[in-house]
This record gives sequence, C-alpha cells and structure tokens, in this order.
Amino acid sequence: MINQELLILQFQQKDVQAYEKLYNAYCKSIAGVINTIVKNPEVTEEITQDVFLKAWNNAASYSPSKGRFFTWLLNIARNAAIDHTRSKNFKQSKQNQTTDFFVDILETHDDLNSSTNAIGLKDIVYKLGETCKSLIELLYFRGFTQVEASEELNMPLGTIKTKNKICVGQLRSILGL
Amino acid sequence: MCWTIAFNTRIVKMNIKEYIASGILELYVAGSLSEKENEEVHDAIQKYPELMAEVIAIEKAIVLLTAATNQGDSYSFDAIKKKISNEPKVIPMQKPKKNFWTYSGWVAAFILGGVLVYTNFQNKQSTTMVAGEKQQLEEQIDRVKNSLSQTEKLLEIFRDKDIISVPLAGQNASPSSYAKVYWDKKTKNIYLDAKGLPTPPKGKVYQIWSLKVTPLTPTSLGTLDNFSADANKIFTIKNSNNSEAFGITLEPAGGSETPNLEQLYALGAVRS
Repeated sequence: MINQELLILQFQQKDVQAYEKLYNAYCKSIAGVINTIVKNPEVTEEITQDVFLKAWNNAASYSPSKGRFFTWLLNIARNAAIDHTRSKNFKQSKQNQTTDFFVDILETHDDLNSSTNAIGLKDIVYKLGETCKSLIELLYFRGFTQVEASEELNMPLGTIKTKNKICVGQLRSILGL
Repeated sequence: MCWTIAFNTRIVKMNIKEYIASGILELYVAGSLSEKENEEVHDAIQKYPELMAEVIAIEKAIVLLTAATNQGDSYSFDAIKKKISNEPKVIPMQKPKKNFWTYSGWVAAFILGGVLVYTNFQNKQSTTMVAGEKQQLEEQIDRVKNSLSQTEKLLEIFRDKDIISVPLAGQNASPSSYAKVYWDKKTKNIYLDAKGLPTPPKGKVYQIWSLKVTPLTPTSLGTLDNFSADANKIFTIKNSNNSEAFGITLEPAGGSETPNLEQLYALGAVRS
C-alpha cells in the first residue's frame, strides 16, 4: 500500500519509471472502461493513450484527499470517452454496434487475447443479477452520480448505496476478495 | 480543524463495521461522492487500517472487472514513454543558497586571526599571564581550529565527484521545504543538508528513511534529535542500504517503525 503511495508521489515528481508501473497496473482497466463506452478496440487504444498523457501532464492536479488515484484515472477516461461519443465520426460508426453493456463485451470477448481473468469474469457476470449489472455499469463504467443512477434505473435514491454495496459484495466474493 | 475531530469521534461511535456496511466506500472508489464526502472518507481510511483494506479490496475487484472488458492487444508503455520523455525534465532545484558553511571557513580564519592578535596583545600587556587564562585561550583556539577543519572536511565531501547528490523536494506536508543528501557509497555515509526544513514542533522529530521501490521497503536511518541545536544543519548518517530514494517525515519524538506519509516533508529519488 505504501508502495502505491510512493509511486504516485514519484509520478507527481515526473518520474517516468514510477509512471510505467502505475500504467501497467491500470492500463487495461482504463482501456476496458473506454471500450465499454466507445465500443471500438482501435479507438479505445487511441483514447487510452491520450488519457495517460493527460494524466501525466496534469500530475500536479491530483491530490489523494480528493479520491483514489485509480478513481482519478477513471474520471479522466470516462470524460475522454464520452467526448469522443459526441463527435461526428462516432455517431456515424455507431449504427453497426450491437453491444451495450459491459456484460455483452465480456460475453463476446475473444478469448485469444483476453486476460485469464476474463474467462472467470464471464461466469461472474452471469451470476450477477440484472439490477447489479446495470448498477455496476452506470456507477463504475459510466461515472453516474447516485441521483443519475436512481433516475436511470427508477430506483429510490436511498437504496442506490446499499444495493451497490450488495452488488460489489457479490463480485468480491466470487473473486475471493 | 473542528469538523475533523467531530467527524472522527462520530466514526468511532458509529463503529467501523457500520461505516463499511453503509456502502460509502464502494461509492468512493466509483468516484460518485461529493468533494466533501471524498475528503471525509480519505481522512477515515488514513486513520483506520480496516477501512483502508476494504477500499483496496473494492478497488481490486473493480480493476479486475474493468480490465476484463478491454478487447485491445496488450498495451505497451513505450508509445507514451516516447511522448513524455521528449519534454524537458523538470528537476525541482533550489537556487543555490550561500549556506553557512560557504563562509564559515573565512569566519573561522578571521576569528583565529583575531584570537592570535589578541593573544599577542595580551602578551605585550603582561608577560606574567595567569596560567588559567592562558589555558582558556588555548582551548578557544583549539575550538576554532576544530571548526575550521570540520568545515574543510565538509567542503571536501561536497566536492568529491564520487559522491552522489540527491535533491529532496518538498512534499504535501510542507511544499516549501527542501533538503539535499550527499551519499558517499565508499564510506557508507550520507551527509544530509537539512537547512531547508522548518524547525520541528515540540515533541516531534524528523526521521530519515532510505527507500527501496520494488518492493517498497522503507528503512529508518534514524532521527535528527538535535535539529534545533545544530548550527549548520548538516548531519552525518550511516547508510549501508542500497537506497533508491530518500525521504524525510515528521514523527513523534523517538521516531516511528514505519513512515507516516501524511507527514512526508521531503522526498527525492537517487538518479541511476
């Protein structure tokens, strides 16, 4: 744990080696989130690179008191991906897309270049209830606020927090975390 | 900070398990809390390791899940490295300050000269000088000579090309602080110039850490107990570690087992 805090401090001091370690820890997750939004592996690769360049250039603006480093990256990634979906190119190419939820991406995942985790995770998302799938998608992949998620899912605002706790709990118990 | 204290007592009262059960930590990792709530959770997880462990586990689950939705080939850091290595590296360097020891050689020589003239004068005044007085003067001269040779020794150390110099930049706890480590690998000593650190508050000491990055292992090199009394703020410390970085934290008197990163004053990596 202290390890990660030190890496982040070094990254903020523009230490390339430290940044490489952080990159290796999170690049796939960041790419996964972007891919869930833009649904195109090539575009995802481009945006992922932009996100990590942006994080490097804005290293000084990160502060641990504002949230987790991973969460900070997630935010940059979602914003970059959503910006892309507003572009003209994206609207034209979108018509051919069929997948919608991260679950669909996992289900259609090509096992050849997938991480070993993906195979196990496929089973996980089968086991998660429909509400959990939607809730996790909105809160973690899309960055919805509690209010936005409650409106989208037609769920009372007060239950979002506890329901999400149960959903993440299910995910953790299957992963053994 | 009144609200922090009120908040912390609240947590103890409501008990850590309830705090975990509330689901706030899951939303913290998602990034869907308000700025104020984020700060509160951050304070709480710093204080209670149980909460920190919970956040790490939640984050790990989300990292795994999100990574599984990536369909691209394995990502290499090289492309990013190329782009970020082009920009000029910013090494936070302090303007060279004329430190005490820059001049102290001259000051010492001047005092020594003065003392000699004075001794001579005294001799002329009275050839029957009391033995006690004479001895006092001799001691004085001795001290000045010592200080001069110490200064010379320091200059020698700082000018030695085999000595690695590591600038430590100020961190969150005290951004305007700085320090410099001169590391002599042959004698396994570091010379810490700590003139850029503020005087520690009562009951606190600076503790020096040697850090290995992978896996991260902080090793204490000791505390600067006589910080306020030390005139030139240069400390000689034994270091037989294979250090990759040096850090300075503020700790309770007597030092700590592990560094308190919230109170990290200065940090710098050894350039290989």
